[in-house]
Amino acid sequence: MADKITVGYTHLSGCTGCTVALADNYGGLLTLLDKYVDLKYIPTLADARHIQKVDVSFVEGSVCINDKLAVEEIKETREKSAIVVALGGCACYGNITRFTRGGQQNQPQHESYLPIGDLIKVDVFIPGCAPTPELIRNVAVMAYLLLKGTKEQKDLATAFLTPLMKLTAKNEACGCDLIVDVINQGLCMGCGSCAASCPVRAITMEYGKPNVERDLCIKCGACSAQCPRGFFNTDVISQYEAINEAIMAALQ
Amino acid sequence: MGAELGNYKSCVSARSTDKELLKNAQDGGIVTQLFAFALEEGIIDGAIVAANKEFYAKYPSKCIQDSSNLDMIEPWRPIPAIVNTKAELLAAAGTKYNISPNVALLKEATRSFGLDKIGIVGTPCQMQAVRKAQLYPVGLRNVGASISLAVGIFCMENFPYQSILQLVEDHAAMKLESVKKMEIGKGKFWVYGKRGQVVQLPLKITHKYEQPGCHVCLDYVANLGDISTGSVGSPDGWSTVFVRSKIGDSVWGKAMAAGCFETQPIEKVKPGLELVTKLANEKITKNKKTLEGRATFGVGKALRNPYI
Repeated sequence: MADKITVGYTHLSGCTGCTVALADNYGGLLTLLDKYVDLKYIPTLADARHIQKVDVSFVEGSVCINDKLAVEEIKETREKSAIVVALGGCACYGNITRFTRGGQQNQPQHESYLPIGDLIKVDVFIPGCAPTPELIRNVAVMAYLLLKGTKEQKDLATAFLTPLMKLTAKNEACGCDLIVDVINQGLCMGCGSCAASCPVRAITMEYGKPNVERDLCIKCGACSAQCPRGFFNTDVISQYEAINEAIMAALQ
Repeated sequence: MGAELGNYKSCVSARSTDKELLKNAQDGGIVTQLFAFALEEGIIDGAIVAANKEFYAKYPSKCIQDSSNLDMIEPWRPIPAIVNTKAELLAAAGTKYNISPNVALLKEATRSFGLDKIGIVGTPCQMQAVRKAQLYPVGLRNVGASISLAVGIFCMENFPYQSILQLVEDHAAMKLESVKKMEIGKGKFWVYGKRGQVVQLPLKITHKYEQPGCHVCLDYVANLGDISTGSVGSPDGWSTVFVRSKIGDSVWGKAMAAGCFETQPIEKVKPGLELVTKLANEKITKNKKTLEGRATFGVGKALRNPYI
């Protein structure tokens, strides 16, 4: 189909969990590929893996700055993509690669890893470890609407993507962002979204407020992005029923 | 303003027809009756509710884990819990007036508890959290589509547990374990003792103990619940009910057909929607002012605004 958007997938220092999350859309992924997305290259899932010119690039993993190829690839990705989406905690915030000190086989000299936003301008963040299949799907559908939709659809897609674009302002997450951006700012109302979204159960709710066990935190950024007082775009979320129905219908 | 009550398909004054259930209910027993019906009909296979110490003692495996053990849990501290039966549901009924992080159980409900169809009750901000979880599921894989009935409760503000302790034991001079019921209504905070004593505090006293995060909230009547309910607008022992979403409409229709509720048209009851609208506007106006104040809080420095 001519009016598909072209998409690429750059795989840097990540564990392939993000790729698996994308694939875990099952039939939805096939519908996406049938109707909306021309997936130009993606390691693991397809033979084509060299970076090409595309509308949207998803990037999994952080960049090892001691690895020339990784640095070249992230720069090439930026040059050849209209929109770059940092997919998952490693690309957005470094995630567990923040803990590496090098010394691992078989490339012990690879010790310095940066979230991609430290090297290139990133347009959209999808935090989390692993990011959820549903959010990847929602962003893919919205990216399609943004590039190929009617005026109304473009407006909706812009409104939906805006908070995920604003997340790109910060390249660090450590659980303390909950404390700094929400509690210290007098915004927490004790819903428990942070505790529910934490993939490693580092957060418990004590007397209605989050307590972050920082030794457990892997720095994926899920908690503060899931927090309704992290961001809340009332206009979009109030239409949750219609938007969810539209996305499900699009993937039928 | 006009948008202060959110979108809704219908609004009535209602109470449960189950006399047994009403004995433990805060007002019209709407939430308890809705979940009891939904459990019975298989619309949900479990619900996330705010339970308490007695519940925790009886059903420890149904409660969320924080660092407290049973002995450390104080009377009137809400404990988020999953209920699967009507008996469990009844054991958790009633408003607690302090923070119960029910959303914290949302993912666990689909994991350890194995629920496919979750019911959840919560304040307006918790309904916002639920809808955000469905539209932007950052860390909540395979959760959004499992939420089968979200019931919102009207909320002017909430209190940290320690504020309730201070209000009841300090200002009202009652021990928390001797309290039978708490209520905010008719401009007062009411504390009812188990031996029949009643203490009322003017809201002027309670205001300073409110949770700060509540002061930026722009939703009074849980605009994002499938169904939302609260005592305001209806006579004593009744609740005002807004039916909002397609899911809410379907569940409410079935519950009505099954004779779960008796209702009165909201136009016919006193004080009716006029009071709900007035209070909603008061809350929204006051909190919009707080948000404006935050924008110029320091000298050339703003506090963060969560609304995009």
